Amino acid sequence: MLRYTARQLAYMALTLIGVSFAVFVLNEYAPGDVARKLLGAYATQEQVEHLTRELGLDRPVLVRYLEYAGRLLSGDLGQSLTFKVPVAEILWDRLSNTFLLAAVAFAVIVPVAILFGVLAGVREGSLGDHLILIGANFISSLPEFATGVFLASIFAVWLGWLPGTSPMTTGGGWSVAAQLVLPVLVIALYDVGYLIAMVRVSMASVMRQPFVRTAVLKGMSRPKVILRHALRNALIAPFTAILLQVNYLVAGVVVVETVFAYPGFGRMMLQAAMAKDIAVVEAGTLVAVLIAMTTQLLGDLAYRLLDPRIRLGR
Amino acid sequence: MSGALLSCAGLTVDYALETAGLESMGQRAVDDLSFDIAPGEALGLVGESGCGKTTVALAIMRYLGRNGRISAGTISFEGRDLGQLAPRELRQLRGGRIAMVYQDPHSSLNPVMTIGQQLMEVPLLHRTRRRAAARELAVRALSEVELPDPEGMMARYPHQLSGGQQQRAVIAMALIAEPALLIMDEPTTGLDVTVEASVLALVDRLRRRHGTSVLFISHNLGAVGRLCDRVGVLYAGRLVELGPLSQVFANPRHPYTRGLLACVPSLADERRGRLLTPIAGTLTERARQAIGCAFADRCAHAVEGLCTSQPIALEAIEGEPEHVTRCVLAERLPAFAVEGEKGPASEARPAAEPVTEPLLAARGLGKRYALGGGRGALEALRGIDLDLERGGTLAIVGESGSGKSTFARIVIGLTEASEGELSFKGKDIAHLAIGRRRRDLRQRLQMIFQNPDSTLNPSHSVGYALERTIGRLHGIGRTQSRADARRLLQLVQLPADYAERLPEELSGGQRQRVAIARALAAAPDIVVADEPVSALDVSVHAAIANLLKELQARHALSLVFISHDIALVRYMADHVALFYRGRLVEFGPAEAVFAPPYHPYTQMLLASVPDPSTPGQRAAVREAGTAVSQEIGRGCPFAARCPWRIDRLCDRVDPPVLEPSDSHRIACHLDLIDLPRTIERTA
Amino acid sequence: MTDISDIAPMSTPVPARGTRRLRLSGAGRIGVGIVLFWAAAALLAPILPLPAPNASDLLALADPRPSMAHWLGVDLSGRDILSRIIWGARTVLTVAPIAVAGATVVGALLGLLAGYRGGLLDTVLSRTSDVILSFPVIILYMIILTRFGASALNIVLVITVTKAPIIYRLVRATTLELSQREYVAAAQMRGESSLYIMLVEILPNARGPVVVDVCLRLGYTTIAIGVLGFLGIGLPPPTPDWGGMVRETYGMISLYPHMAIFPCVAISTLVIGFNLLAVGLRRRARA
Repeated sequence: MLRYTARQLAYMALTLIGVSFAVFVLNEYAPGDVARKLLGAYATQEQVEHLTRELGLDRPVLVRYLEYAGRLLSGDLGQSLTFKVPVAEILWDRLSNTFLLAAVAFAVIVPVAILFGVLAGVREGSLGDHLILIGANFISSLPEFATGVFLASIFAVWLGWLPGTSPMTTGGGWSVAAQLVLPVLVIALYDVGYLIAMVRVSMASVMRQPFVRTAVLKGMSRPKVILRHALRNALIAPFTAILLQVNYLVAGVVVVETVFAYPGFGRMMLQAAMAKDIAVVEAGTLVAVLIAMTTQLLGDLAYRLLDPRIRLGR
Repeated sequence: MSGALLSCAGLTVDYALETAGLESMGQRAVDDLSFDIAPGEALGLVGESGCGKTTVALAIMRYLGRNGRISAGTISFEGRDLGQLAPRELRQLRGGRIAMVYQDPHSSLNPVMTIGQQLMEVPLLHRTRRRAAARELAVRALSEVELPDPEGMMARYPHQLSGGQQQRAVIAMALIAEPALLIMDEPTTGLDVTVEASVLALVDRLRRRHGTSVLFISHNLGAVGRLCDRVGVLYAGRLVELGPLSQVFANPRHPYTRGLLACVPSLADERRGRLLTPIAGTLTERARQAIGCAFADRCAHAVEGLCTSQPIALEAIEGEPEHVTRCVLAERLPAFAVEGEKGPASEARPAAEPVTEPLLAARGLGKRYALGGGRGALEALRGIDLDLERGGTLAIVGESGSGKSTFARIVIGLTEASEGELSFKGKDIAHLAIGRRRRDLRQRLQMIFQNPDSTLNPSHSVGYALERTIGRLHGIGRTQSRADARRLLQLVQLPADYAERLPEELSGGQRQRVAIARALAAAPDIVVADEPVSALDVSVHAAIANLLKELQARHALSLVFISHDIALVRYMADHVALFYRGRLVEFGPAEAVFAPPYHPYTQMLLASVPDPSTPGQRAAVREAGTAVSQEIGRGCPFAARCPWRIDRLCDRVDPPVLEPSDSHRIACHLDLIDLPRTIERTA
Repeated sequence: MTDISDIAPMSTPVPARGTRRLRLSGAGRIGVGIVLFWAAAALLAPILPLPAPNASDLLALADPRPSMAHWLGVDLSGRDILSRIIWGARTVLTVAPIAVAGATVVGALLGLLAGYRGGLLDTVLSRTSDVILSFPVIILYMIILTRFGASALNIVLVITVTKAPIIYRLVRATTLELSQREYVAAAQMRGESSLYIMLVEILPNARGPVVVDVCLRLGYTTIAIGVLGFLGIGLPPPTPDWGGMVRETYGMISLYPHMAIFPCVAISTLVIGFNLLAVGLRRRARA
């Protein structure tokens, strides 16, 4: 187990180096570009070249990458061009907003997914199963911006119960909690269908296992068989998938943040990318990849802990 | 019978089949079945796949699933009608008064719960509310099923146990509540033959000790003979014969029972060299619905009209009042004798010919697999010395993990040996992988695989598989290979137009015939058959074995026949090699290997074979523990289970090779004179 | 020999292959219907009696809501929404299938190769696909498309790169399992080349799960294209693009909700169609 973790951590470090290099090259390689971006469209070619030399942008890319990596390691993420603040500042600010959204969404999604997935999988092929399956399929077919538009039309425009935007300031007269409802709902609807299907498949396959029959024929009641014997087996496989949703919830909710003008990490990345704010894009990418790989590692480890067949070896 | 513990009367079970697109239709799985089990009695129910035997067990447990239902008849247990039980009463019955042991112990145990947790559930449901008491009962049950270290066993997970140990744990779980009836559904299928013998012996002791009744369901007549007082034979969901074990085995009155007894090879001497008598045909859907005898279309004695026109009742046999059969001709059938035609092999076999150059010879052959993560190597095979004569049949016998399939794969080139040599016609091919073998070598060595479901590509027609083989190995054009493919199909006794069919349209036996045809298509010198019948029904075994034997004689093939079925090996082989944990423990002509002196493992193996012709015999065998902390490759591989083990010698030093006679070799530390000479069986 | 055992005719008639292939469950049929509807709309867009998708009807701006002249109303520039939706179907139904086809071909071929050959090639390919899969896709889209520009070709390439690893994993796992089948050993025994074994012995049997997955991928890719348009990194205006249409109008949702709702309905139905098709195919594959 320790060995495995160590290997995975080393692998993670390698990947981070690779990704940071790739992103660096992608963003900064064309030497003229950075200076041109800084100086604007009306600068002369001479000025651009001068600044390029001044900033050291004409030196080999590897040297520049190493300098960049050195700055990163010392905690200096650079200065944001669009937001006019240090990258670290805006990054943590936006990340904390996104974490709040992600945490609430996660707390909604997981119980709902397990509940409906188990209900469907326990009686595979029954009417309830079909209804849940069709419903799950339906909601996961709706793009987030579509759900956002539909729900905002209903609850904000038509009924007026909730705010249509969530800038996370209380100036508009809506509480922070009310501002969170629609974004969370949209995220949950989009994400939960996939997880329900996942839990359902796992549950259904466990219910077909002979050990479930063994338990029933011990004289155990059906609810007890499901809780004691089936559930734990059925949740091993989807567990990793559930954890991986953290990844989506942090880095993938750009659309929802855009729909509701939520000041989160994804929208910051989008603005930065469109404005070619390289320092923000680079730092943000690394953070996203780091989060992705950490959840993956945690998922792997948890999977190993949950299944004694892997934990204790064959 | 009023004193019966369990009584089935006219039990009929139907399944609703929901086939996609087709209208839903029902299938009768059990048809008008009646039998009783007395307290303390063991009843065996025998039949092939699809005969409804598992359905009987599940019907008694009232666990037929959503699409199964009891459409007629009653099951009463301890005087209560099981059909009238409330859910709560049913739960008290299940696991409490009636317990069940299943076919596949590995999947019958919950992989994420310890053995102890799973065992304790039973007393907590049925006997006590106190966990400490439940725990005590569980430990006691584990020691009763003779598992080593019951306390330690409680904390283990199922995957940490061997197959035999898992089945013992399941038996412990079944017996812990002291049920009146134990239902066992193919409890030893899939276990090695020596493990099977020890499990059966254990169940026999326990049921006598506790006075438990047993319903034992199996396709294996020999296993039923080991345990049961009475036996019933099921065919197409109907009981065709029922009676005391000795009467049914000695004087079977239904042609199907006779077929089952005649189609399995026996270790008994008088049947050597004779062809087995297969049961013709298969169970068809039409036969299931027959008004008269369901077996009529496969029966050599059937009389048109008489057998098929009216329902046939179970009737007692004259002179044997407890012995009933469902055959109108029962009294007219000739006396039963197991008698096959004289086989071609018995004539063709060269009697002690002067030793010529062997066709295939292994010398010091070995195979190691590197384990991942620097955990060393797994030795699958070591130091194998054996020969195959031209035109002969070499049988390789061993339990799972004995390395017999590894040997087969090395011969064919699917695996490379890591040491030693394997010479074919004087040329070493041990390290020549299939991709580096030239066409004529590949053509000369062919293989028949074990699994009829994966031996043929489901996407290609039967004809394509054959034609492609002919084309690739003989460089023959399409038209010619088409004709050859059809001829080959006829050779393996399949209609030529089966060339158009896809594998999914064929039965398992038919697919195995195509696989044989594909091997023959190469016109090989040697055919390696790796467990060619083990996935098929018993009645099909005989047909495939006969076919192999006949083709071998006709085409002067040499055969490497790999099997765990020692009776079948006895029937097929003229040389036998016994593998144990990757090592060769005994090798020699079949007559010598099956006669004393024996290697201790050979002796145990022979004692384990259930033989329907000698019912009631029970073997004394030991089961291997899993925690055999023997270093790989040191000492005798059998030391851990050997009753004659010499401590600090057998488990440390490789055994010397004894030669009781010419070309008969036994690897053992015992002196020749001390080797076991009788097959120890306890009555 | 009188040995005819197990040669009796099959008890249940096996339907011919051709007839079985066409049968789909109810859900699948609805899926086919929806997808065909959009495909027809896309194909017929040039000959339908509709205003040009980019033509502005400035008079209609006075009341942009649905009317007889503009059944679904007009957008903020006075362009006919129905026309833009139908022309938008053309866009998405060109880009999504091409991208998915690219991902499928690349993923399936590499998956076959890695699964059958194993070794270093497998290690390198699998690690690479792991990295791509662990990368938050949307951020990848943003970086690449803002860096290289949002042309149709770039969108296809980006989607191919991000979806191919999914197909790769699926095909690799299936191939690993299928290579252990005895018929593969039989093919090796008659001296078939690796290429023949991969393409003729293994690929046809891996087809089922891949086909189901292609349908799912089509659905997800449709969403992805919509998302790109919505975020403003998709096809540049004035290309009629469902995501882009929502982007331009969702700010006006409190005044004219129809402008954003109709394109949302369009994309939702198409994705549902693809997903239902996948459900139907999967159910059939299991039967």
